[in-house]
Amino acid sequence: MKLGILVNEGPYTHAASDSAYQFVKAALAKGHEIYRVFFYHDGVNNGTRLTVPPQDDRNIVKRWSELAAQHKLDLVLCIAAAQRRGLMDPSEAKRNGKDADNIAPGFRISGLGQLIEAGIQADRLVVFGG
Amino acid sequence: MEEQSGGGVAKRFLYVNRKAPYGTIYALESLEVVLIGAAFEQDVSLAFLGDGVYQLVKGQDTKGVEMKNFSPTFRALEDYDVTKLYVEREALQARGLTEADLVVPVEAVDAERMAEIMENQDVILSF
Repeated sequence: MKLGILVNEGPYTHAASDSAYQFVKAALAKGHEIYRVFFYHDGVNNGTRLTVPPQDDRNIVKRWSELAAQHKLDLVLCIAAAQRRGLMDPSEAKRNGKDADNIAPGFRISGLGQLIEAGIQADRLVVFGG
Repeated sequence: MEEQSGGGVAKRFLYVNRKAPYGTIYALESLEVVLIGAAFEQDVSLAFLGDGVYQLVKGQDTKGVEMKNFSPTFRALEDYDVTKLYVEREALQARGLTEADLVVPVEAVDAERMAEIMENQDVILSF
């Protein structure tokens, strides 16, 4: 089955990102296809490379990046939600006159159309959090 | 799913709004998805459950909280061909509201009918 994933909450505060990660891993192990993982609302905070969790805790951001590299996942942060919350890739930082960018490897920033497209293209859109 | 004249397939999208408008950003960002999604020519419906019905209440004044009053945007949905708005009747009643208190025409449905509406969707986005 082709699955679209929507993550609506940020890391650590809410288990939505953990649940989505475990779900995606389990789905891939069962041979399902992950069409896209879209991060919305505070979910965009799952894509900052500046996260430094305690050493004895899971690294939620790094875990997504590694899974993306391993399975060629499309991890998309909503641009409008990301801009509100200070998430920038190099081109967005330049465009907005900011002196830094903070996107983690494997993530990209794009529009809400990518979420709608995931709803259209995937057999199921599974929503986590919100 | 329905076949479109252009050969594409339209899916039934339902946006479920469950939260009051200004306590959290979910309502505003949900509306942003609806507006972007309208360009994709899918079969779109909105549902308002629980405190989500407060999003549609007339006479919102947000000056004091310094947030944007986005309730007028619901009136623009018609221009985007988004006309199916379902409101949970029990949620209105529990809050002392009627359809006349809302900024747009809606169809008030009971929880049982709402469940049927949800059952008939291809994609449900819940905010």
